[in-house]
Amino acid sequence: MAKVHGAVVIDGKRCKGCDLCVVACPTDVLLLQPKEVNDRGYHYAYAANPDKCIGCAACATVCPDACIEVYRVVERPA
Amino acid sequence: MEAEEVRLMKGNEAIAHAAIRYGVDGYFGYPITPQSEVLETLAELKPWETTGMVVLQAESEVAAINMVYGGAATGKAVMTSSSSPGVSLKQEGISYIAASELPALIVNVMRGGPGLGTIQPSQADYFQAVKGGGHGDYHLIVLAPATVQEMTDFVALGFDLAFKYRNPAMILADGVVGQMMEKVVLPPQRPRRTEEELRAQCPWAACGKGDRKNRNVITSLELDSARMEENNHRFQATYKLIEQNEVRYQTYYADDADYLIVAFGSVARICLKAIEEAREAGIKVGMLRPITLWPFPKTQIAELAKSVRGILTVELNAGQMVEDVRLAAPTTPVYHFGRMGGIVPNPGEVLQALKEHFPELA
Amino acid sequence: MTTEEIIQPQNKVYSRPRLLDERDTHYCPGCSHGVVHKIIAELLDEMGLENKTVGVAPVGCAVFAYNYIDVDWVEAAHGRAPAVATAASRLNPQNLVFTYQGDGDLAAIGTAETIHAANRGENIAMIFINNGIYGMTGGQMAPTTLLGMKTATTPYGRTAELNGYPLPISNILATLDGTCYVTRQAVHTPAAVRKTKAAIKKAFENALAKRGTSVVEVVSTCNSGWKLSPAKSNEWMVEHMFEKYPLGDLKTPSEEPKN
Repeated sequence: MAKVHGAVVIDGKRCKGCDLCVVACPTDVLLLQPKEVNDRGYHYAYAANPDKCIGCAACATVCPDACIEVYRVVERPA
Repeated sequence: MEAEEVRLMKGNEAIAHAAIRYGVDGYFGYPITPQSEVLETLAELKPWETTGMVVLQAESEVAAINMVYGGAATGKAVMTSSSSPGVSLKQEGISYIAASELPALIVNVMRGGPGLGTIQPSQADYFQAVKGGGHGDYHLIVLAPATVQEMTDFVALGFDLAFKYRNPAMILADGVVGQMMEKVVLPPQRPRRTEEELRAQCPWAACGKGDRKNRNVITSLELDSARMEENNHRFQATYKLIEQNEVRYQTYYADDADYLIVAFGSVARICLKAIEEAREAGIKVGMLRPITLWPFPKTQIAELAKSVRGILTVELNAGQMVEDVRLAAPTTPVYHFGRMGGIVPNPGEVLQALKEHFPELA
Repeated sequence: MTTEEIIQPQNKVYSRPRLLDERDTHYCPGCSHGVVHKIIAELLDEMGLENKTVGVAPVGCAVFAYNYIDVDWVEAAHGRAPAVATAASRLNPQNLVFTYQGDGDLAAIGTAETIHAANRGENIAMIFINNGIYGMTGGQMAPTTLLGMKTATTPYGRTAELNGYPLPISNILATLDGTCYVTRQAVHTPAAVRKTKAAIKKAFENALAKRGTSVVEVVSTCNSGWKLSPAKSNEWMVEHMFEKYPLGDLKTPSEEPKN
């Protein structure tokens, strides 16, 4: 079976911490920083469980501030 | 292509012909007496089949002026026409057009007010036209035609000035000039500007980026107070330039006049008749007819005021332009004679008013 | 596979749209406007329309839309965007002209302009953000505010007796001969975002093909105005707004141009 690897790059400076990506993620990759805030005082999103990411881009699709880049690799068995 | 042509027609019809022949890109209007012939004539002439000019009857004067705003924002030569109550509705859009520094032409064929008033001629929108009209500090370039020929010529003049200064212009006519028929020389047809010509003339136009690197945005919004004040300073600098360069007026029997009449539009023609009658009776009366109501010929009036005993303004209102004349000639006695409600005075009444205000003439 | 190995240019599947301006938006965290802006920026790029598009911005929260999407824009007076777009489109028929309006702009102060532009079948796309409230001015009642909904000007909840009923203007627009496509979408889930993108694409295509007026209503949230978190706002929208404003096509286009 093909194995899907994903990764997200979140622009923490631009993120407004709205939490919509966290809710949208089907594999619970994302969380908001519990304590740390960015320059504008938002608890920005980060990949708390990066290994779970499948690169589905659900988070980026619903992000109102376009601050998530998504990468995806499909590894097919040899 | 239409060549120059001599015709007999109404002032309102002349506006329509002149618009097509100038190469106007779009007209957006709404019917209201006494200017409906502008839209009717355009509809009959079908310029969309010849020059490609867009003609549209909007759902309201509000929509029509905002169509003018939208068309002007893309760099097109666009216009609207209406009469007093309709022009009141247009004030929102006119303020936006002025604030966005867009060229456009607005025609007001004035009728008596306030309110729904009457469909008969009036000049009671003078204040509204020359002091701004809508919200904020701005000016329109205001042209006051007295003949059907001037109705024709001021379409071209209005657009030329509007594009030169990126500022809306208004033809402030009254119901008399709109409705009366006169001989008129229509100019030859000018081609409408091509897209390339438009982009070269209006590099600011929001007409699609095309080859431009940066986007063009037409907006009057600026929430930063310092920048908004800067914008206002820029507007005022434009107005100053217009005041320096574009004052237009005509004088009649002014050189040796002891008394001066100041009148604009159709009223000036009645006054001219009164002046001729006065001169036959040995009273030396002259006249200054402002052609641009804004910028107002204040220097010229001040100059003439030095050599006359008094000034009478004759207007179809309760006394509006008289205030600007008084500001121009503060040490000269300045009086007002006006009829309202759609009544137009005859030359005898003008002469009578002159004698009433200057008892030495009686 | 390491994260570094995955994050390689050839593996990129989603990035910030090229035509979205670098500056941050003024929208509140979680605001639906940002998602719709993103969709429009993506489409204008994908459809090759960057250089022949004129957007017409409204008065309301989206008043600064012209700051965010890198095409030519005209900022209209409150409610007048369809009139502005009418002229921009008729005088520049080679261009794509679209309006971007909120519920107050499109369905209250601009109702006449909206209905008549649509009735004339202007070849424009109207993107209509319906969040049932006035965001920019601080959360007052909108024409689309639901009955019972509390706003700054209906602090005890909207009542039909005092304020009339929520206005389903898209349903009205769908009955007009001038509209070719009227649809109601949302952007609360990835699937919904994709559907909205397809709808706006169809609207842009209709405008370019001169099929008449297209209206894409996006039922949206205003979490600041609704006084809920962005996630809770989405839940509230699904639970309450969708009942009055059900998603789906209200009118679908024919393939042929009108003229």
